[in-house]
Parts: sequence; C-alpha cells; structure tokens
Amino acid sequence: MKHDGTFKFFSLSIIWVWLILFALLPFCLVTATSFLSHDDNHLLRLPLTWVNYFHLKNAIYLKIFKQSFYVAGLCTLICLILGYPFAYAIARAQERIKGLLILLIIIPFWTSSLIRTYSMITILKPKGVINSILLWLGIIDTPLSLLFSNTAVMIGLVYNLLPFMVLPLLTNIERLDNRLVDAARDLGANRITTFRKIILPLTMPGILSGCILVFLPAMTIFYIPDLLGGSKSILLGNLIQNQFLVAQNWPLGSAISVVFTLLLLILLLIYWRNMRGKNHQGLL
Amino acid sequence: MKRLSVYSYLSAIYLFFYVPIIILIIYSFNNAQYSLLWRGASLRWYHELFTDTDLWVAVFHSLVLGISAATIAMCIGGLTAISLYRYQFFGQRLLNGLIFILILSPDIVMGIALLILFSLISLPLGFWSLLFAHITFCIPFVALTVYSRIASFDKYIFEAAKDLGAKDSVILKQVILPLLWPALFAGWLLSFTLSIDDVIISYFVAGPDFEILPLKIYSMVRLGVKPEINALCTVTFGLTLFLVILSQLSLRKKP
Repeated sequence: MKHDGTFKFFSLSIIWVWLILFALLPFCLVTATSFLSHDDNHLLRLPLTWVNYFHLKNAIYLKIFKQSFYVAGLCTLICLILGYPFAYAIARAQERIKGLLILLIIIPFWTSSLIRTYSMITILKPKGVINSILLWLGIIDTPLSLLFSNTAVMIGLVYNLLPFMVLPLLTNIERLDNRLVDAARDLGANRITTFRKIILPLTMPGILSGCILVFLPAMTIFYIPDLLGGSKSILLGNLIQNQFLVAQNWPLGSAISVVFTLLLLILLLIYWRNMRGKNHQGLL
Repeated sequence: MKRLSVYSYLSAIYLFFYVPIIILIIYSFNNAQYSLLWRGASLRWYHELFTDTDLWVAVFHSLVLGISAATIAMCIGGLTAISLYRYQFFGQRLLNGLIFILILSPDIVMGIALLILFSLISLPLGFWSLLFAHITFCIPFVALTVYSRIASFDKYIFEAAKDLGAKDSVILKQVILPLLWPALFAGWLLSFTLSIDDVIISYFVAGPDFEILPLKIYSMVRLGVKPEINALCTVTFGLTLFLVILSQLSLRKKP
C-alpha cells in the first residue's frame, strides 16, 4: 500500500512542478510585466504603472486589434464554408476510399505550416504559377500582384488552417447517426429542413471546435503576414513579436498579450457555456 | 450527377492542398536559378543542400531537440494521462483545465511568457531554453492522445489486476504500458513533429548559438525564394509523410 502512494506522489509531483514552473508561472510573469516600465538601459524596471494599458487606447493599436479579429473571423468563416461540405463528403464516402481520403487530409495537418506558406509564395509570386497560367491563357496582359497583399495573407491563412477545421468536423459528422437523417426524410422533411433541424444542431460541437482551432492561431501566426503580406498587413501576432524583439518594449508587448488573452478567454467561456447547453440537448 | 459534383468538390479542395506542395517538389528538381521555366531535371539543388554545413548543423540540432523533447514529453504526458484516469486527487479539475488551456493558448503568448521566465532566471537562450519550451507545449498533446486511448479501455482490467494483488507499479508495467504503448508512440511522434515544425515559440526562446531547422528555413525564406529551399522543403515534407504514415499504422493496430 505504501508503495502505491509513492508512485502516485511521484507522478503527480513531476506533473505539477513542471506545469507550475513552465506554464502557470510564466503566464503570471507576463501579467506582472505588463504593469512594469522600461527605459533604454533596462528591459524592465519599476515603478508599477497602468501606462501600458493606456497606450493601448491609441488608435493604431485599436485598429490592429479590430483588423486581427476581422481577418481571423473572415478566415474562420471561409474555412467553415469550404470545410463543412468537404468534411461531410468525406464522412459519407465509401469505406473503400475513406481511409485514403482521411490520410490525405492528415498529411497537410502534420506538414510544417512554414513550408506550406513557402509553397504558397511559389504559387502567388509575379512570375509564379497562377500568373503564368493566366498570362498563357491570355486572360491578363500584365502579371497580377498577388503576393504581398491582404488577399495573399487570407489565402495563406485559409490554406494553412483549413485542416484544423476539417478534422474536428469530420470526427463529429462520422458519429452522426444516419438513421436520424433517414427518419427526418421519411417524415417528409425536405433537404434544407433536415439539414437545419437535424444535421446542423448535431454537428454544432464539431463546428465550434473547428472554429476555435482556426480562429485562435489565425490571429497570431506572425510569419504568414510577414512572408505573404509584406509590411502592409500587421496583425496582432506581428505587433507582439515586434514589441518584444524589435522595439524591445516588453511591458507594452505584455499588456497587448494580456488583453488579447482575456478577449480569447471570454470567447472560450461563451463556447463552453454553449457546449454545455448542447450536451443537455443531446441527453434529452 | 450528384455524385459527380461531390467528387469534383472533393478533388478541388485536395488540389488546393496539394498543388502548391507538388509544384514545390517539381521545382526542387529544376536546373534553373530563378526562372519558372523548366531547364531540365537535375539534383543540383540537392547537391547544394547536402554541402551546406550550416544547414546540417541546424538539422542535427533540431533532431536532438525533437528527440529529447518528444521523449521527456511522452513520459510526463503519459504519467499525466494515467494519473488523471486512475487517481482522485486535489486539483484534478484544475489540471484538466490547465491542459486544455495549454493546448488552446496562442503560441505567441507562450513564447513571450517563457522568454520572460528565462530572462528572469538568467537562463541563456539556447538548447536548454528550447528544450524546456518544447517539452511544455508537447505535454498536453501527449496527455490528450494517451488519455483518449486509456479512456476507451475496459475499466475492470485495472480492478481485476488490483483484486489479484498487483501493486500500482506492477499494474503500470504489466497492464497499462503494454496496452498503452501504441498511444504513447503516437504521442511521441506528434511531439516530435510539433517540435521540429515549431516556429513561433522557438522564435522567442532560441539563441544565436543553437540554430534549429525551422528558424533557419524561416530566415532563408525571408531573404528570398531560392531553389535550395525547394529542395530542403521537399526533404522535410518527405520526412513528415513518413512520420504520418508511421503514426497512422501505430494507432490503427488494435491492442
């Protein structure tokens, strides 16, 4: 019996020490840093101040916040619209090819997103594939400047994050009981009503998980706007990275991260409350 | 008709996923410096790649880092999953919540948080800072992978072992580990992939003395498109493909 206690104590202490030291403590430090000041000689120094948060009311920062939420939201919407029918079609595919179809969606999920972003440059650059094809077909006379634009950033984000939408949707749709769909159809519901009343509510957990997995990284993958957008599009990720590594203003960078994290937490809380509601419906 | 439209939609999305990568692979064999024009197949860029010593140092660093981080994360993440499943303890819900928050927390916030921690305890940025960071972001993924596998087991297996007088350490060695090792291996592979692909967190906690592959690729790409990068990306993509197939096989095998 004593032995058992030792093992439990041993594993729990490793886990807790690690997570407190490298997860909880650092997040507390970010919060603390956001209330400090800095000058040319010190990265961080006292006194404690609210000033960093007041800086955030600056129109430039507000604009970046708004723009990031807008870009991430639009990206999530596009991924959902493209990904839902895609996941649905895979889930309903014949068993024979389904395994292969799923493997083909897992591969991009695992491939380095930096490499995938780089491959997008090859496609979009002035002498890239799209321009060459369009020129060859005679649709355009001069190459389009696709790269270094907001469109390129959006294409890059959707390209990178679409698998994160598809996989949770796929898992959810696969579990959907087809008999419910058949029953609705037998009882005279048309396709649209069946989708709205049966399929959509039952796949809502998948939709929400997918949206979260796309929305959260969309705002902070700083290398996508950096590589595809040039200097034109600055999103939150770029702003934080810039404050830490270029401007060397850690307190301001921390304040931005704290506000950003709080906004995300609010979104997550809304999500969890909705999920709980959905689970009750499932039980009924 | 309906089937045709479904298949064309599926193909369109798969093309969207794969055409850029395939073009990248094709052009890694192109014997031309800048142009998109095909100048004949050659292994010139691969040759250049294999003679670039800086790059090989970065690859070596990434492999050492990935293997160490994945192995330690597998142990800690595995213990986390087993403890969450088997024991009742103080702060269990907090631990559960912490794991989900770690998975969902934006990489960039974790990156700056660890940067602040390391500069506070004056840990020089390099191998150790990267290792601690990588283990930390891998643990929750291992815990989740292993937990979902362990939760699908018959709970009575453990109770039977216990009734027959097995101690926890014996149960772990004789019952849990043999059943769990495919999931642990899948968690290891996922961690390894996450580790060798990570840009955002590493960007903050890496130092000039310990260059790793993703950051090396990032700085090369920022300087401009070079055919050598095509070759490098092709090699890395091939490695990913191998790892994905390996992990799929290990998870598919039913215990």
